[in-house]
Amino acid sequence: MSARDNYRVFRATRASRVAAVLGLAVLVLLFAAPWWAGRAELRLLGEIFLYLSLAMLWNLLAGYAGFVSVGQQAYVGLGGYLLFALTIFLGLHPVAAIAAAGLAGALVAMPVALLIFRLRGAYFAIGTWVIAEVFRLGFAQLGALGGGSGISLPVDAARSLAEGRDAREAVSYWLTLGVATAVITIACLFLRSRRGLALTAIRDNELAAGSLGIDIWRTKFLVYVIVGGLTTLVGALIFLQKLRISPEAAFSVNDWTAFVIFIVVIGGIGSLEGPFVGTIVYFLLREMLADLGAAYLIVLGAVAIAVMLVAPKGLWGLVRDSTGLRLFPLGYRTEPKEKKGA
Amino acid sequence: MGEILSLASVTKSFGAVTVADALTYSLAEGEALGVIGPNGAGKTSMFNLITGTLPLDAGRITFLGHDVTRQNAAQRCRAGMARSFQVPQSFGGLTVFENAMIAATQGANLPGQEAEALCLDVLEQTKLMSKANVLASRLALLDRKRLELTRALCARPKLLLLDEIAGGLTDEECRSLIEMIRAIHVSGMSIIWIEHVVHALTAVVGRLIVLDFGKMIAEGNPKAVMESREVKEIYLGIETDA
Repeated sequence: MSARDNYRVFRATRASRVAAVLGLAVLVLLFAAPWWAGRAELRLLGEIFLYLSLAMLWNLLAGYAGFVSVGQQAYVGLGGYLLFALTIFLGLHPVAAIAAAGLAGALVAMPVALLIFRLRGAYFAIGTWVIAEVFRLGFAQLGALGGGSGISLPVDAARSLAEGRDAREAVSYWLTLGVATAVITIACLFLRSRRGLALTAIRDNELAAGSLGIDIWRTKFLVYVIVGGLTTLVGALIFLQKLRISPEAAFSVNDWTAFVIFIVVIGGIGSLEGPFVGTIVYFLLREMLADLGAAYLIVLGAVAIAVMLVAPKGLWGLVRDSTGLRLFPLGYRTEPKEKKGA
Repeated sequence: MGEILSLASVTKSFGAVTVADALTYSLAEGEALGVIGPNGAGKTSMFNLITGTLPLDAGRITFLGHDVTRQNAAQRCRAGMARSFQVPQSFGGLTVFENAMIAATQGANLPGQEAEALCLDVLEQTKLMSKANVLASRLALLDRKRLELTRALCARPKLLLLDEIAGGLTDEECRSLIEMIRAIHVSGMSIIWIEHVVHALTAVVGRLIVLDFGKMIAEGNPKAVMESREVKEIYLGIETDA
């Protein structure tokens, strides 16, 4: 008898099953939010979903592929401007424009990847920022899109989402919920796949990953392009909520990268659970400290430093290392099979 | 018996330091070759050159009849080379079984269920089954070395490169590892094995080469090589069966 007959391999654990059931319940509850929440709460939830999506994507890039990009605002802003351009000039429905923006973002990410993959470490980070600045300066030159002062989304385009303000807010909210769910699902399915296993290996040890047959460049390229496309899509959705865009808002390194890095690092970089924890912490802090003005940013910085000192792998890293808990069924487990009649 | 690997004038230097000086030798299919030499002789660098983690300055490497000199590490692994690292390079955030699965799905390019079955078999062979669900970062040294071997085997190689896999182990641990490697070799695997623990080497390999300053200074039957003048000079004061 060989080992393959005596042991079985499985992927879903009890923790991941419980998490899946709870996750679905929360999803149903959130789907029904337009019936139980006010307009302000809906907006806040929508923003939470958008930040959760951005955090998930940045985590794939920095936490798994090892690309510490501080220029993801390039894609957020690109998405915003594509939404405005496609609805204004081509008369596309906003939802179609958002999907098209995602595809266009992936296409743009390809040549950008060829350019910045030559850089390493800090040079890579600076390179991504420079690219984002180039995007910002470029869009500021486009007079048809408002140039440096920005432009508003035409009323018709906003109206085409739904009739009436409440209905529009609800549709807009569902879009954010849908996109966040899609981003989480894609991240989860990707990491569960063979490619995802390769990416996780790269996260832990690039030298060994290469020596075990993993094409590191191609895997990272794939991740960069997927993340670029989805970040563009999220960016388009962000500016559908805002209804107005300007180069400063669209390519803001604070709003679309610094806060996202905070979320991922606090929550736990290199795990799927981390961005959830980080998003909750970030929005709790923000809502509690909203009255402090600029001091709020100082508190945020202090929290970031404290967490990095106490828990370098983030809050989720602390939980995972002490309990071994994993909420997503990404891994593999083995156990001896029950002996029959022996 | 055909040739599985051959090196022709393989040369590499870092500035003034030459780590591989016109290395030329070949390995027959199913052969086990031992490599010894003092620290800094270029043994690990030779593995880096063979497996593709280090580019050559000059020379050619042929593997299974194909020139692989310009292939990267991943391509050479998929072509059938696998190595264990001297300093274990585990995927710390993954379990032992998942470490093995990476080799089986990527290196050996097996689909899910076949990969799982292979990993189970190899884990039993390398006596790591009881640790299958343990995070690699929590393993003790012996188990990390076994994991290196496990991963290499899960890539289903035709050529296995072992880098000081017995280093730092107790006598008892070393003996069980030698038995394991002997069994792998008897099953037909070609092996190149770097080791300071000479008696471990000579228990398995049929031929020995000696490196010093990147140069091959002796080659041949293990016993004859160990008694040659050049080797005694390098290992001055070190007994051959230490």
